[in-house]
Amino acid sequence: MKSQRLQRMAVTSASSLLAVFVALCICAVVLLITGKDPIEAYRTLFGAAGDTKVLQGSLNRATPLMISAAAVAIGFKMNLFNIGVEGQMRVALLATAVAGAAVDLPAPLHILFCFVVAMATGAIWAGFAGWLKVKRGVNEVISTIMLNFVALSLVAWAFDSFFRAESTTGSVLVKTKELPTSAWFPDIVDRRLSGMFFIAVLVLILFYVLVWKTKFGFQLRASGANPGASRATGVNPKRMVMISMLLSGALAGLVGMRALLGDVHAYQNNLAEQQGFNGIAVALLGRNHPLGIFISALLFGYLGEASGRLQLIDIPKEITTIMTGIIVLAVVIINEAVKRWDDRRIQHKAAVALETAVVAA
Amino acid sequence: MTEYSHLGKQLAVELHGITKRFPGVIANHDVELLVRAGTIHAIVGENGAGKSTLMKTLYGMHQPDEGTITVNGNPAQFKTPTDAIAAGIGMVHQHFMLADNLTITENIILGDEPVDSRGRINFKEARARIESLMTSLGATFNPDTNVSELGVGQRQRVEILKVLYRGAKILILDEPTAVLVPQEVDELFTTLKRLVAEGATVIFISHKLDEVLTYCDEITVIRQGTTVARTTPSQVDRRSLAELMVGSDLPDPSGRETKVGDDVRLQVTGLNLAGDIAGAKLALEDINVAVHSGEIVGIAGVEGNGQFELCESILGLRTILSGSISVCGHELSHTETRDRINMGLSYIPFDRHREGLLLDAPLWENTFLGREENSSLTNGPFISRSKIEADCRSIINRFGVLTPSEQVPAFALSGGNQQKLVVGREMVSDPKILLAAHPTRGVDVGAQAAIWDELRHARDKGLGVLLISADLEELIGLSDRILVMFDGRVTAQLDPATATPEMLGTYMTGEVQGDAR
Repeated sequence: MKSQRLQRMAVTSASSLLAVFVALCICAVVLLITGKDPIEAYRTLFGAAGDTKVLQGSLNRATPLMISAAAVAIGFKMNLFNIGVEGQMRVALLATAVAGAAVDLPAPLHILFCFVVAMATGAIWAGFAGWLKVKRGVNEVISTIMLNFVALSLVAWAFDSFFRAESTTGSVLVKTKELPTSAWFPDIVDRRLSGMFFIAVLVLILFYVLVWKTKFGFQLRASGANPGASRATGVNPKRMVMISMLLSGALAGLVGMRALLGDVHAYQNNLAEQQGFNGIAVALLGRNHPLGIFISALLFGYLGEASGRLQLIDIPKEITTIMTGIIVLAVVIINEAVKRWDDRRIQHKAAVALETAVVAA
Repeated sequence: MTEYSHLGKQLAVELHGITKRFPGVIANHDVELLVRAGTIHAIVGENGAGKSTLMKTLYGMHQPDEGTITVNGNPAQFKTPTDAIAAGIGMVHQHFMLADNLTITENIILGDEPVDSRGRINFKEARARIESLMTSLGATFNPDTNVSELGVGQRQRVEILKVLYRGAKILILDEPTAVLVPQEVDELFTTLKRLVAEGATVIFISHKLDEVLTYCDEITVIRQGTTVARTTPSQVDRRSLAELMVGSDLPDPSGRETKVGDDVRLQVTGLNLAGDIAGAKLALEDINVAVHSGEIVGIAGVEGNGQFELCESILGLRTILSGSISVCGHELSHTETRDRINMGLSYIPFDRHREGLLLDAPLWENTFLGREENSSLTNGPFISRSKIEADCRSIINRFGVLTPSEQVPAFALSGGNQQKLVVGREMVSDPKILLAAHPTRGVDVGAQAAIWDELRHARDKGLGVLLISADLEELIGLSDRILVMFDGRVTAQLDPATATPEMLGTYMTGEVQGDAR
């Protein structure tokens, strides 16, 4: 019966691959319309795969995407659409930068302290949306979008008013006080690939175990699959909403840690920008499954890293942004179509199997 | 059997050799149906025999794989219901499709609005047509009333008007009496007779034999997907018709030699529940119910008179205003649903799709649902997939769920097998008290008998059951006592040994209240 699961996985993967392929075709048309040669563009784009530096950079870019996609996916698993990962991440970034610079701890503890602060602040910010939904029935899509605006403005104001530090290096960028080196997350490849990559993979593994292997995860998935049925069997829907929002927010808090602890070591205004939003696309393409998220994050990371090369042949690198957008759209449409087809196939197979079973009996 | 061609009357509908293959559910094969114009023609058969599938074919909701359709002597091929409507066929669905916040007129013209030259809806013309249709139907309501203010019988009348408004001469009614009490059934047939007298043809789907024998002109019996007999009420009696439907000996819900225990398993006292809208009347008012061990207490009532709210209150899904609920002597009215389930409360829900199953999930996940605290299925905080799968296989075997394996998703099963799975899940953990809402709704005869056996067997071992059912024979056959609910209150207690469906009907409309002596 393992084969049945494998079949489903194969169908799922095939439909995602199809979506990527369709997106490539559409982008080729866009390129043709703008008078560029799509074949040359794709050769340049994917030809970069042979370059170790590009690959290292891709993994580095994929790191925050994996975490933010996991944050989105844990909500998705129970039909909660947390669009607020970006805002949660931003609040957590400033809080961690300030708190991390204020304490003095030995290296591993210092990093751990930063993680805890980041996860706690992210969870609190997401908790607002969860609390509004549970207590007042506010749709989380609306509240998280609104809280994004609040977070961005609040953080910008707080940073500007209280936490700017005098530049010591003569850089024009304004930053907070730099974190002590004990809070710096070590690189695997110096200045190219942060060790946070392993943390992201660990997050995905824990995400898998939690959602697919535990009682809590089962209840989470059941609440998403059929709220009425899980309620009637004793799962408290409000508690599930609150817990999954808090978990999602905690992960959102970790999204910016590669940039903060592994790269800049201080808060600045554009730090880790968009990485919360991009997680939504990665989670969609990855079908909210850790393995899918891992592969999708690598793809998006690669496209981001390799896009610079397009400029060398006079093609705007924004074409990769268009491509990711179209991939997401195609995924949504194709997945739905494939699911319908696959449902019919399974239903038919069950009927056929039954008929033979009846005859055999 | 009658050969209709000799009778001179024209055939309104002719179906020959209709075959429809359908994964997972009973399909139609070699269906022969002849319906004379100007008659009420009953199509009878068990739940799941293929009646609705056949009517959907005739109404163009799907296409037959084989066979021909002839309407008023002309061969027809319906790709969509629109084609069928154009050919003069109309369908009144079992579940009403009305917009509550629109008026009767607006509901009737919805999707087929008469417009004037400037593109505005011509309500005057619409009203005139509707009023003339209402006269011919004998309906007396004001077409400007909001549909939300109408009762079930009136809503059905509006559905019929909707179909007539679109010019239907052949009406298909899919189990129209399922939602009606006996008195409303009478009114419905008075209406239908009027229509037939004016030249319409009615195809009437039912599995209730009494009304078929009383009101219909001709009968076609469907069994296991195919037509097995054509007859008329004068040629058959209730029993022979039932045997035609079932094809063999009739299953019997009765068999009541029970030992009701002394200990109270479920005690509901003075239960009050607020209505959904603030300020509205109570949804449940002063409910007192006790279920003993080894006892099945039946709840009769037209749907929507508080049965659902009662179940949800007992389960802790609704916050009650006042009163107490206890299971085996433990007061539970302020505990969470999960605690109540752990105390031995079990629930076969009203609607298996909405409250019972995870349709996209494999069967083993479905049988695990609600049993996460069962330590034989888990390892600490982790689920034990192999144990759950083995447990699921044993449920499948014990309850005779027809499925290739425990890995298929629940949607791949037919309705009856889905129901057996839900019943199995709820009974396998040896509950103290079972709330069974329509435990055999929409399942075939064999499954029905199996579920009844399981209920009786568990009852004999001491299970207390609160049985809510629309199937009055099931209620009378299984229950040790029957309570009637009307308008959020328990209005009567009846002895099933002396109760008849007709008698229950009068109580269910609220015409008669108080215990029968």
